[in-house]
Amino acid sequence: MKVTQIPFMAMRKIVAVFSLTLILISIGSLATKGLQFGLDFTGGTLVEVNYQEAPKLDDIRGLLAENGYDDVVVQNFGSPTDVVVRMANAFTPTLGDEVLSTLQSNGEISVSLQRSEFVGAQVGEELREQGGLGMLLALAIVMIYVAVRFQFKFSVASVAALAHDVIITLGFFSLFDVEFDLTVLAALLAVVGYSLNDTIVVCDRIRENFRIMRDTTPYDLVNESINQTLGRTLITSLTTLFVLIVLFVAGGEAIHNFSMALLVGIVIGTYSSIFVAANLLLALDVKREDLIPPPKEELEDDLP
Amino acid sequence: MLNKYPLWKYLLILLVLALGLLYAFPNLYPDDPALQLSTQKSTATVDERALEKARTALSQANIDLKEAELTSAGGTLRFNSGEDQLAAKPVVAAALGEDYVTALNLVPTTPEWLSSLGAGPAKLGLDLRGGVHFLLEVDTPAALKQRLEVTSSEMKAALRSDRIRYRSVDIAEGILSIRFLQQSDLDLAENLLTDEFSEYRFATRQVDTDYFLDVSFTEASKAEIESYALQQNLTTLRNRVNELGVAEPLVQRQGSNRIVVELPGVQDTAAAKRIIGATANLEFHLEAGLDTTGSDLETLTFRDGSGRSAQLERDIIITGDSVSDASSSFDENGRPQVNISLDAKGGKQMSKVTRAAVGRNMAVVFIEHKSRSRFVEQEDGSLEEVRRSYSEKGIISLATIQTTLGNSFRITGLDSPRESSELALLLRAGALAAPIYFVEERTIGPSLGAENIKLGVGSAQIGLLVVMLFMLVYYKVFGIFANVSLALNIILLMAFMSLLSATLTLPGIAGIVLTMGMAVDANVLIFSRIKEELANGTPSQQAIHSGFNRAFTTIFDANITTLLVAVILFAVGTGPVKGFAVTLSLGILTSMFTAIVVTRAQVNLVYGGRKNKKLYI
Repeated sequence: MKVTQIPFMAMRKIVAVFSLTLILISIGSLATKGLQFGLDFTGGTLVEVNYQEAPKLDDIRGLLAENGYDDVVVQNFGSPTDVVVRMANAFTPTLGDEVLSTLQSNGEISVSLQRSEFVGAQVGEELREQGGLGMLLALAIVMIYVAVRFQFKFSVASVAALAHDVIITLGFFSLFDVEFDLTVLAALLAVVGYSLNDTIVVCDRIRENFRIMRDTTPYDLVNESINQTLGRTLITSLTTLFVLIVLFVAGGEAIHNFSMALLVGIVIGTYSSIFVAANLLLALDVKREDLIPPPKEELEDDLP
Repeated sequence: MLNKYPLWKYLLILLVLALGLLYAFPNLYPDDPALQLSTQKSTATVDERALEKARTALSQANIDLKEAELTSAGGTLRFNSGEDQLAAKPVVAAALGEDYVTALNLVPTTPEWLSSLGAGPAKLGLDLRGGVHFLLEVDTPAALKQRLEVTSSEMKAALRSDRIRYRSVDIAEGILSIRFLQQSDLDLAENLLTDEFSEYRFATRQVDTDYFLDVSFTEASKAEIESYALQQNLTTLRNRVNELGVAEPLVQRQGSNRIVVELPGVQDTAAAKRIIGATANLEFHLEAGLDTTGSDLETLTFRDGSGRSAQLERDIIITGDSVSDASSSFDENGRPQVNISLDAKGGKQMSKVTRAAVGRNMAVVFIEHKSRSRFVEQEDGSLEEVRRSYSEKGIISLATIQTTLGNSFRITGLDSPRESSELALLLRAGALAAPIYFVEERTIGPSLGAENIKLGVGSAQIGLLVVMLFMLVYYKVFGIFANVSLALNIILLMAFMSLLSATLTLPGIAGIVLTMGMAVDANVLIFSRIKEELANGTPSQQAIHSGFNRAFTTIFDANITTLLVAVILFAVGTGPVKGFAVTLSLGILTSMFTAIVVTRAQVNLVYGGRKNKKLYI
């Protein structure tokens, strides 16, 4: 692949506006709609059953209502014969078994249990706190590592790019009402790792170029670095996306949301490592002296 | 010379790869569905005779047995299919009788020469093999309260034997208050009790004309009781799980007051929960005599629903904790009964009390600690869970003591054979030191587990194929190098998973699939560097050399940061997230090795040391 000469940095303003708009929409949606937390984080009961032949969901709802289960959500899960029953306000651990026997009392079609989950409200809250904490911890440690290996400005730029990716992915989940559970959280943290990987590769090239190209302005240098790494950025993203699309299509219902989170996150992550991190570096006024300490002034040796 | 590896480097790489292959190999052998036979009783052993019984019963029921063998832990019966295994369980259990425990299990079919090298397949998580996961919380405040109650009877006995007069003893909010009428009594009591009960903190106060001695736990003793309660509960739960007959169960402490229980293969969660969560215990009390005064009395009803009640002495002779063995059977009239043997200390105590009480009535009291949670609306409108624990006590039998009771006796008055056998099991396994309740429960059916494996492995294969095709088309000969490295990377990853006996979960498989996508990244970085060098007119040997060298720092920095994130994921995550973190971090490490070292070796082998050969990249 020939090294391209795309004037990425000429698009800085448009890109900044685009990113800011996405972030604003995301934050707006998160603030007003919030996330649709899954069972892992809210607590409650979930029963997944498999029917021999596809049942009518309304019949199941009716059956459950007759037996005194009011606040239930009944949905198909992956296929018309798989049904998930969710109860948000379920406080007794035995509820899952009771619901199963109610469904089985129907008699006509055989019903088998696929899985049942019960998460206490307090545990759900703790998992939520742990998840948030993990995310912040990850960002903090990454920031320290980059500051040590590179320089403080790089650390700010790459962590800001990461926050950008996480916020927009979260915004996507909020805006499109996709359920957010433990596996999605794991995916989000993987996005942090992946997008960071991408950003570091670009930053690494910028650092290297500052050492080699002595007469180039930071603006041209950053642009050149992005162009040099563009081939690699796109190929890696492509191979990863191929795999993720396979997971999304053929991986089954259980990791559907997980692969969706990764898909969204990696598209955003690729975009941000090309545009956002470098853009921020320029905004922070990155200079050659940031990476290469100016030669120390010779100390006058007064000793005889 | 450029791009030549010394011979030892090639050999080292070959050695690593050979070891990787060896240890990844057992994963190709599918597990056999099996029944695990074991026994908890000293009177029964799993031997050839037991296996023969099982064989006969199975052939009578027309179930094919693949193999029966004796192992160090008991016996294993292997079957050809999961259906045979499920059908065989009740048949074998009936043939062997109550003394044996039969459990569903999957046993590896690793050939002996491999397992003698310590190789074995990776463990499958519950989401891939089916089973139950429980998270239990130990009610430590209840344990403290129980201890305080025991202490209060001990203190009363001590005060009585020293003839120090007290008015009343109350327990409220973790403080035991003894009320005296005289300052002198208070002083005497304080001297006596401070000596004997050093684990408590004592304080005195005066309200109107009454003098109080307040007894509370010191921080150290509180922590000790809490950790004892947790430890004791862990032991008890382990015993109970063993009694349930589950192969490879996990009972583990999590955090300061939680216990994780994982039972692979178990499907009847209701039964499992009843046994694990049961807090039943027994207490033996004497019926109150005429001289027993008000505060030492306790009126309890019978459990048979007849509405009768009896007045009992509050003092406990012994509790179920002193039971060393228990078994259920039927009495002469065919009613269920439990035969109990006491340990030495309990037996001595029992005979001491009953010797002085021949002719009086003794009650067996059944206690269950339960908890009820309610949701209370807070001022800010949010719901707060309030849990209140309480105990239910009922008399199961009240019988006249005919003679001094010793180490073994029986109790009757139970509702059903199921109740008597569960009570016997609980008495054998020990009582829980503090009540526990379920805070999380996940059950995965075996069919879902099998489906998860199928989908996970299927998408991994397709993913691998797509990536390999792409690399081949884009990088030609170098694409082949990268693909060989990628395949070896997956083998090494599986070998590590097996060696560390890490648990493979569904998100774990997703982690492997993701690693495949990312693992080629290092090679992509190297190859695009080489291409750049070539475009600058560098001779091919020089281009390969500096391509690898200059890409190295980038690869290193990029992978280390991702590894940091994976480690954090492992540290804060639970269950599925942990599984993902394990494969991701192992995958990063193995991919760095294969993508840098193994790819370099191949490149060197093909192109190294030749002059300006054209590179197909």
